[in-house]
Amino acid sequence: MSMLSYEKKYRVRGGTLIGGDLFDFWVGPFYVGFFGVTSIFFTLLGTALIVYGAALQGTGNIWLINIPPPDLKYGLGFAPIKEGGLWQAITICAIGAFGSWALRQAEIARKLGMGYHIPVAFSVAIFAYVTLVVIRPVLMGAWGHGFPYGIWSHLDWVSNTGYQYLHFHYNPAHMLAVSFFFATTLALSLHGSLVLAALNPRKGEPVKTAEHENTFFRDIIGYSIGTLGIHRLGLFLALSAGFWSAVCIVISGPFWTRGWPEWWGWWLNLPIWS
Amino acid sequence: MRLSFGSWLAVAAVATAGAAITLGSFERPPVTAVQRGFRGTAMELVYNERLLAVNAYLHQVPEAPEPADAGEPYARDTYQNVQVLGDLSVQQFGRLMQSMTEWVSPEVENPEPGAPQRGCNYCHNPENYAEDSVYTKVVARRMLQMTKHINEHWKSHVGEAGVTCYTCHRGNPVPLNVWAQPPANDGSRGRGFTADSARQNLASASVGLASLPYDIFTPYFQDAGDIRVNGSTPLAEGNRHTIKQAEWTYGLMMHFSQALNVNCTYCHNSRAFSDWSQSSPQRTNAWHGIRMVRDVNMSYINPLQPVFPASRLGPNGDPLKANCTTCHQGAYKPLYGAHMLQDHPELNLVQATPAPSEEARR
Repeated sequence: MSMLSYEKKYRVRGGTLIGGDLFDFWVGPFYVGFFGVTSIFFTLLGTALIVYGAALQGTGNIWLINIPPPDLKYGLGFAPIKEGGLWQAITICAIGAFGSWALRQAEIARKLGMGYHIPVAFSVAIFAYVTLVVIRPVLMGAWGHGFPYGIWSHLDWVSNTGYQYLHFHYNPAHMLAVSFFFATTLALSLHGSLVLAALNPRKGEPVKTAEHENTFFRDIIGYSIGTLGIHRLGLFLALSAGFWSAVCIVISGPFWTRGWPEWWGWWLNLPIWS
Repeated sequence: MRLSFGSWLAVAAVATAGAAITLGSFERPPVTAVQRGFRGTAMELVYNERLLAVNAYLHQVPEAPEPADAGEPYARDTYQNVQVLGDLSVQQFGRLMQSMTEWVSPEVENPEPGAPQRGCNYCHNPENYAEDSVYTKVVARRMLQMTKHINEHWKSHVGEAGVTCYTCHRGNPVPLNVWAQPPANDGSRGRGFTADSARQNLASASVGLASLPYDIFTPYFQDAGDIRVNGSTPLAEGNRHTIKQAEWTYGLMMHFSQALNVNCTYCHNSRAFSDWSQSSPQRTNAWHGIRMVRDVNMSYINPLQPVFPASRLGPNGDPLKANCTTCHQGAYKPLYGAHMLQDHPELNLVQATPAPSEEARR
């Protein structure tokens, strides 16, 4: 594979987190690294286990493949492989693969002399996943509280888990998470349309600059966050959405066992009016 | 960034309030979960045992008195005006009267001034126990028949555990959890800024503090309202139910879950709420329960309306009626499923129709 003219200067050795220069090389355009190897290992093993699970289940229908967690009776112990042990092994593989990928991102960031924004951002997504399959099950005392790995089955789990708390829209952290998700998409659409408009001027006109973009937003809302600021805002909104998603599920069960509407009793019982 | 002292103070105040709400309003691990479906389906009940312990006293069965012998001499031959308990022996009759007093109107140590008399005199004229001058005696007679009716004809809901007076009364002359229609003269609107004509958008205890319509009892526990609003096809072909109707149904379901202290997955797999084949057997039980409560309200309680004094009627003039909480009181089975009826065989001897009067028997 050919290399781009400026690519060579970014192929810097060193900056690895462990192992000295072990695996510190490129295969074609791809950096390998120690954590690239562990990523591949966990990914292949985990995927193979899912395929094994599908074979045990007897389906090749990708919508219906289901790797469910163990029964609650196994608590926080190991379950037999065909009764949830597979889910436990795949969970280890998934965390191993996601964690390896974040660390590989960190190594690349070190090589390029960048900040750790990308691995930090990805870590929030990993944190949300770990909250679902490790933190919350541990707090509730059984791996069986994790969600099943399957396209339809995980949706059924989400639905029933929500209805365990009668009306999930009353979950305060869920409210925040949903609001942040919507705010993220709104900000992205505003930003994307602004950039596309600036870069695709009318025929015969020059491409517009950041000053144009700032002026547009100062005209319509009196403020422009700026070219750097919009990316900081976008990162904040997106990470907040993931973070509050994790909070909204970890408080459901470990920190609240009743219907979410009932939680708002504290508001009704404030000494101001009660 | 430098903040002024006032700003720091405001930040500190907000942070303190936030911390107080967060720490004070939530629960904490450990929690107890009961798996009720295939693993990974999240068909689970989740409980905080510390909260269950607080309410455990509500679900204890009082000790039964010594059993009484059946047979002669019969109460109908010994006492006068025995209309529905004539088949009890005199011993059984005395035992039931003793139990009913404990269940419904036990003596209290410091009765409120002006409160109705408790003990035997709550229902009986102490000068003449046989006469029906106290309205509560007339009500009690009908309630005995209702108890028999439930135990005989609603086994689909109460099973072999059965019900006794205590299932609802728990030592109170009027069961603690009853309902009446909300006042009709409040216009078409409830109270509150956002309240609307469906009597909703108020945080109402009857629907678990949700904003759903709060009088879910009149349409379903008195009238035979349409509960099943789900369509049976992927698209809403021909399903004329509205979102508004779904909110009423949701409100009723909130009542169920509050009454039984269970969540939606106790009866439903939420992936297909309406599908009986994916629901738990408890949904069938609840189906019968809705009809049982309706029967109790329509056949037994509402017809007693003229008997009750005004103080025992709701703001709309209808009697205080039963719902799920009346018996369940926060337990998935009343008294956690104790078979209390088997210790009180007298209740099975109640006659469904009043015995003929003395004149008619001659």
